[in-house]
Amino acid sequence: MTHEVYIRPSWFVILLIVLVILVFVYSYSSKVSSISATSPVPAKTDSISMHEFKNAGENENCLKCHGQSKYVLENIEMGKSVFKRMYSELIIDRDLFYSSNHRYFKCIDCHSEDYTTFPHPNNLRMESKASCIDCHGGDPQYAKYFFENIDTGFQASVHSQKHSQDFTCWMCHNPHTYKINARTNENITKTIIYDNNICLSCHSDYRKYELLTEKENPNILSKHDWLPNQELHFASVRCIECHTKKKTDSALIAHQILPKTKALKNCKECHSVKSELLSTLYKYQAQEVRSTGRLFSGIFTSDTIVIGAARNYTLTWLSIIIFIGIIAGIIVHACIRYLKH
Amino acid sequence: MNQEKLYLYPMWIRLWHLINAVLCLILMITGISMQFSSKQVTIVQFDSAVTIHNLSGIILIINYVFFFIGNFITSNGRYYQFSSSGLFYRLKKQVIYYTHGVLNKETPPFPINKDKKFNPLQQFTYVIVMYIFVPIILISGLALLYPETIPVSIMYVSGLHFIDFLHILSGFIVSMFMFIHIYFCTIGKSPLSNFKSIINGYHETY
Repeated sequence: MTHEVYIRPSWFVILLIVLVILVFVYSYSSKVSSISATSPVPAKTDSISMHEFKNAGENENCLKCHGQSKYVLENIEMGKSVFKRMYSELIIDRDLFYSSNHRYFKCIDCHSEDYTTFPHPNNLRMESKASCIDCHGGDPQYAKYFFENIDTGFQASVHSQKHSQDFTCWMCHNPHTYKINARTNENITKTIIYDNNICLSCHSDYRKYELLTEKENPNILSKHDWLPNQELHFASVRCIECHTKKKTDSALIAHQILPKTKALKNCKECHSVKSELLSTLYKYQAQEVRSTGRLFSGIFTSDTIVIGAARNYTLTWLSIIIFIGIIAGIIVHACIRYLKH
Repeated sequence: MNQEKLYLYPMWIRLWHLINAVLCLILMITGISMQFSSKQVTIVQFDSAVTIHNLSGIILIINYVFFFIGNFITSNGRYYQFSSSGLFYRLKKQVIYYTHGVLNKETPPFPINKDKKFNPLQQFTYVIVMYIFVPIILISGLALLYPETIPVSIMYVSGLHFIDFLHILSGFIVSMFMFIHIYFCTIGKSPLSNFKSIINGYHETY
């Protein structure tokens, strides 16, 4: 005995909508519960153990003033001492310094030894600061980071060309906190935020921007009005993806910031099978795909799909075969119909 | 030969069908253009393709709601309802007609009349396409228009990948349906009679 079911197709649509609602409700409720399960107060970060660092003791001579927001200025002749505020730019965060790439350095490795006297001699204000290339240039140990190419790119960039010596490596990279990233594909979102914050630290902060130029700071949002899904683009790619001259085989990060007229404005530079992003933001994934020959090619991370740059060749070929099969079937059927009639 | 003209396609159906056909073509072309974007070959400029695809998709959603409500409140909806009993037999009979009978000028096993606008195979495929795959395309397309609303994970895979895959898969199925649909429309009293029907509303039986 068979059961007869009278099929009303509108049920499918209603069922589909209910299913979509359930999936969204389930996904969001599990997200909310996982958030509420975590403590609202962030756990206190463990302080770096100073015992690990041989330089720490000597550095404390500097950090006892530069590691806090105030210092004591004594005048022996007057027999008076006053509290002074430390300029925020001169404060060094111990935790950030001792977790940075330069954590094993003593302050006087880069700064004049004369700083050990206090108050500091006035002529030290004329001290020229070392740039990256001064230490890293020509060193085979750092050859893989292409510091020479970085320096060449930087010297040709609008930042260097327009602001001459005022604009140094340290305008973007703080030597006291710099920590290398973007060496893997594991946390691209973090890399994007980190790198974009470097640009925005001047381009969205007039007080810092005016230190270098009299020009009006361009409004980032209105200048990028042409970009579809602007918010999504800002969260998914870095400024340097479009604003630098790419060199695929050398430095990971291109340092030649281009004039705005030469910035990428053609969608297909990123949204295509040979996406520019594969030589920058997704360089490591591209290398991984080449070495492992995975099913998916192009930009296909767990939280990103760059339309036009993500490819699944198996499905592409399967769809082409099905399409050809259907067209062939239609042609054969049409021919037989024509011949028989 | 008994010839008669049946008024099967009222104005709202023809209007909906015309808009649907034009939009599906636009969406297919712009969709392929975006999916297979290359620096050398351009079907439609990428930014134009995105804008056209998004706008057409929104209009298609409105058009679908029009179709869904129309079928709900008018008698046209009954043409899409069928019984599961003997379904396989009816489908098989129609497939045999299309692969064999039509080539030998046999009489259609399920002639079109006022009560049966579609043969069983048409009815079945139209239901699958219009009530399953098109809604999937529309819902997934709407979600992709606002990707921030997509859950991070759906059924243990990336939500974005899941929705994107559904969108492209359904788009491919509907596109393939379009090719077959257009060809099968040439099987009528004359190769062009069914195309005329969807313009003037009258079906020519033979």
